Amino acid sequence: MCYVGRLPGKIDVREVRRTILRQSRRANVGHIGSCLSVVDIVATLYSGIVRIPAGNYADRDRFVLSKGHAGLALYAVLAAAGILDRAELDTFCGDASRLGVHPEPHAPGVDFATGSLGHGLSLSTGAALAAKMQRSARRVYCLLSDAECNEGSTWEAALFAAHHRLDNLTVIVDLNGQQAFGRTGDVLGAGSLDARWRSFGWECVECDGHSFGKLSAALAPAEGPKVVLARTTFGKGVSFMERGVSPSRPAIATHVINWHYLPLTAEEFDLAMAEIAA
Amino acid sequence: MRRAFVETLCAMAREDERIILLTGDLGFMALEPFRDEFPERFFNVGVAEQNMTGIAAGLAEAGLRPYVYSIATFASLRPFEFIRNGPVLHRLPVRIVGMGAGFDYGHAGATHYAVEDVAVLRTMPGLRIAIPCDSGHAAAMLRATANQPGPVYYSLSKDDSLRGILSDPDGAAGLHVLGGDSDLLILAMGAMVSEALEAAKDLPATVGVVCSFHPDPRRELAELLPRYRRVVTVEAQTVSGGLGAFVASVIAEEGLPCQLRALAVREPHDGLSGSQRERRARYGIDARAIIEAAR
Repeated sequence: MCYVGRLPGKIDVREVRRTILRQSRRANVGHIGSCLSVVDIVATLYSGIVRIPAGNYADRDRFVLSKGHAGLALYAVLAAAGILDRAELDTFCGDASRLGVHPEPHAPGVDFATGSLGHGLSLSTGAALAAKMQRSARRVYCLLSDAECNEGSTWEAALFAAHHRLDNLTVIVDLNGQQAFGRTGDVLGAGSLDARWRSFGWECVECDGHSFGKLSAALAPAEGPKVVLARTTFGKGVSFMERGVSPSRPAIATHVINWHYLPLTAEEFDLAMAEIAA
Repeated sequence: MRRAFVETLCAMAREDERIILLTGDLGFMALEPFRDEFPERFFNVGVAEQNMTGIAAGLAEAGLRPYVYSIATFASLRPFEFIRNGPVLHRLPVRIVGMGAGFDYGHAGATHYAVEDVAVLRTMPGLRIAIPCDSGHAAAMLRATANQPGPVYYSLSKDDSLRGILSDPDGAAGLHVLGGDSDLLILAMGAMVSEALEAAKDLPATVGVVCSFHPDPRRELAELLPRYRRVVTVEAQTVSGGLGAFVASVIAEEGLPCQLRALAVREPHDGLSGSQRERRARYGIDARAIIEAAR
């Protein structure tokens, strides 16, 4: 199924997807499916939810891409938002580059270095606590992969945030149902993620992770820390990625995780770009 | 040095409202003065050292000055990666306080012996390490590093009776040299300086207090070492990567004609616990072992 849509507001998600494909192809890297699944979440955040007040950068909302391997999605959105210079995108995965696979704060618009899963929620919790201590109304948004809900440190942070009623902290979980070596349900799937977050004292909502309207509504503040379980499709926007197929390499068995790792061939790049344009 | 740490931190916090203290559920009958004077700046984050370190990085990014406190093994080893990817990678002013150096926690057993923390943390050039030898030194080092823009780890002995070894020390210095006209130099860190001084009573020896890494006193040692024919280093640290390893690298890289004996923990844990005195003797790092090594 082809992805069709243009978000109302500033960020054009088709352009973001094109950027991800273009830069992934140029740098010959993977993580494409991971990036595509979070495009709409990150674009929605930067389409008017994350506030960066003019003249007071220190008091901006913080965004922590705890799912650091989707760094290119963040760069693409930051470029679309005018925060990152488009020309710098061509340094992605280059030598002495500020734009590696995983984001670091040398890159414009990046608040924290991430990439080691399970770190981001602690950083976010600290950032949210700092805002409270400094009597600031700024908020903190943290995007987790569903696999990060395996990490104990994620739950340490969740407990702390709930105990201290950090209502300025919103977590979004990219619920694409798979992780690096299996489906989430097959790896550590006991119980329900919704029930888990609620039992840790968080308000929890689920929504379509590819709908600007649904995400915007879900991201409204709550009376305590809030988690949005955003149902997403791995590789969203490119049908063969969503199906786990490599059209150029039929010898590679169909598997949903393929596009966590595979770089694009020239043929696949053309196919993917054509789908985004359609 | 625990009391010195709390008293000094309280004094600093009166002057600097950015200072915050986080504890991993430890510090009962120690941290109360800070908690009671600055209740809004004190957080018991629970037995969650990784989260504590991550929170500290988030606080520091916003301009605050967090001190995180736990027993040295738990402050350094459990959250090592969080230290690496948090305050070190981001170059943030997080201060990590590891209480209970070496075999301080004698009867508590090996899970509480901090014999790797300095060696392991020394692998990161972006982390300053401060290892005071007595309470006054601890206060001086805390103050001297208070405004360091990057992170600091403090290895502190919980022994409050360690006092008066250095008089009015420069808290920024990495090496202090204590008397002695001798051809033997004993180098020690932290609480082990007291063992070195004990040994020096029976030997003619100069005692050097090494107390900082990143920056380390490489230059000062390169000038000092050539004056001594024999050098003994002593530490309650694993032989891999601590003081002895550092001094060996200075000797080798500077091409110095020193005979080095490095007393450190060289054996795996023997499955037993004991007093600090016994454990130091067991692993060959007490005053008697220093005297033996000096022969």
